[in-house]
Amino acid sequence: MSTTTVIAPDEEAYAGTSPPLWRRLLSGSTLGPLAALILASAFFSFRTDQFLTAGNFSLIIQQVMVVGTLAIGQTVIILTAGIDLSNGAIMAFGSIVMTKLAIGGTIPPLLAIGIGILVCAAFGLANGLLVTQISLPPFIVTLGMLNIAFALTHIYSREQTVSGLPRVLTALGDTFTVGGTDVTYGSIVTLVLFAVFAYVLSQTAWGRHVYATGNNREAARLTGIAVRRVLLSVYTVAGVVYGIAGLLLVARTNVGDPQAGQTDNLDSITAVVLGGTSLFGGRGSVIGTLIGALIVGIFRNGLQLMGVASIYQTLITGVLVILAVAVDQISRRRAR
Amino acid sequence: MSWHSKTAFLVVALVGTALGPAACGKSSSSGGSTSKVKVGLITKTETNPFFVKMKDGAQKEADAEGAQLLTAAGKFDGDNASQVTAIENMVAAGVKGILITPSDTKAIVPTIQKARAKGVLVIALDTPTDPQDGTDALFATDNLKAGTLIGQYAKALFTGRTAKIATLDLAPGITVGVLRHNGFVQGFGISNTDPSIVCSQDTQGDQAKGQTAMENCLTKAPDINLVYTINEPAAFGAYTALKAKGREKDVTIVSVDGGCTGVRGVQSGQIAATSQQYPLKMAKQGVQAVVNYAKAGNKATGYTDTGVTLITDKAVTGVESKDTAYGLANCWG
Repeated sequence: MSTTTVIAPDEEAYAGTSPPLWRRLLSGSTLGPLAALILASAFFSFRTDQFLTAGNFSLIIQQVMVVGTLAIGQTVIILTAGIDLSNGAIMAFGSIVMTKLAIGGTIPPLLAIGIGILVCAAFGLANGLLVTQISLPPFIVTLGMLNIAFALTHIYSREQTVSGLPRVLTALGDTFTVGGTDVTYGSIVTLVLFAVFAYVLSQTAWGRHVYATGNNREAARLTGIAVRRVLLSVYTVAGVVYGIAGLLLVARTNVGDPQAGQTDNLDSITAVVLGGTSLFGGRGSVIGTLIGALIVGIFRNGLQLMGVASIYQTLITGVLVILAVAVDQISRRRAR
Repeated sequence: MSWHSKTAFLVVALVGTALGPAACGKSSSSGGSTSKVKVGLITKTETNPFFVKMKDGAQKEADAEGAQLLTAAGKFDGDNASQVTAIENMVAAGVKGILITPSDTKAIVPTIQKARAKGVLVIALDTPTDPQDGTDALFATDNLKAGTLIGQYAKALFTGRTAKIATLDLAPGITVGVLRHNGFVQGFGISNTDPSIVCSQDTQGDQAKGQTAMENCLTKAPDINLVYTINEPAAFGAYTALKAKGREKDVTIVSVDGGCTGVRGVQSGQIAATSQQYPLKMAKQGVQAVVNYAKAGNKATGYTDTGVTLITDKAVTGVESKDTAYGLANCWG
């Protein structure tokens, strides 16, 4: 990018005086995904009676909460022009750590959860250190970490599913009722996380530094941003988010599953890309990612309700991903 | 703004295009589906011929009964999350019953319980949940018996000879693999720690991994003369490894599954014998049970053995078997 305005994550949203918050959150890059989301919802509402109900939407949010939460961390990393292939594996390891410690009986469940999240943060920190201190490409670092975390998960769990968990670990899977609709606490946690990151990324100095680093690392460094420290914090924060995703996973399935998360790295990248965030860094938003995750969830759910085999959902997701990247590429060329 | 609205329009238009075929493809069967009994089938993966056959059997039976079949599968063997999501979506779609081959026998149980609490009949096909009463009923092969049959067969073949056995197993802790392995060992009349078992390796039931495992076993113990394999792909992998060493003629391979490719391997002599199972029968009986539940209200319960037959062209006395002509007529895949 030839532009020197490194602070502006999105040309439109930040041009001129401060536009209203909703306008900033629904910045240009999320309009396309939002239109796709609405269109897909409309389509499925016409095709099947069971789609357009509050209960079904609550279900879809519940189904995308794990990948969606992972995708928050993925978004922040991709905004810095990085990528994380290890997030699903880190999450799986974190969930095994917290469940195994919790059923051990010697460690209180809440502490077990804390340790599990800390372990994920440590993995994130390790990714960040390798990326910033030895300047290794994020793709390679996280590919290596994917294998390490996967192997540790299987070694530590001895390939056994961990069950019989204390209530505290599965509490986020419990539901409360709003106007006759069951909503899980985990869905709320995910939505709150999205809101927090949307705020932090658009309203704080740290958020602007993340965009600036991804937009043009050298320019960001020259304007006085501690680029390495920003990157290190990004990978570590992502690790914490993966830990929370691990807890949500445990709450959703009621077990510690060593096989979990094997395709979640690519699924989270899919959500980020569908949400209009650029893989080249510096452009996009977590709100877009939430929309991207929901698009995948809506297609999976809607096609199932229609009686279409799940393989078609994969087919359509593939088409949408290529479409989203193509739109990003074309719009980048226009912006130049 | 103009560019972004154009982008949005493009996305909308293309999504519409992408949806077109799916919409047209389904319009015939979803019309008037509200009165049809809906049956869900969730398999471990989409690609394994065993599950493809299972799906075919279920579809045929659903068509015959005038029921609507919804299908879903995991992305890989062991993919619990996709199966959980599929159960939830099928319950939302209003299925009367769900037939499932659980990828993770323990992890799926809480989700199945939620479905059962909503009055959905859940039947495990092929693989029991842990605990087995996690589902209403189980329609499956007796895997211990399948293993025992080839164990007894191998024992008869090896009377008067010393066996040096390699076992090419599935993966640690997976019930199906453990049952078949233990059945084989029991049928052969030895224990798991018997010194005649000189090599045991995991193959994930995969041909390439089976070959690697056999190569490693031959390096460890070159005098192996009997190979047990978890399934026929692993058996073919073992055969390739043996052939590379020029040992394919004097080593006996026994297997479990009875897929068509596998039975042809028995016919050509690459595999001495295999225990054939019947996925089509599991699916057919499963669909019947759900339709029956929808119409008459009574739920299927307990374990139904869908049968297993020893297939070989070199029958031995004392172990009942059928030839490959029978095997090919009843095979899957």
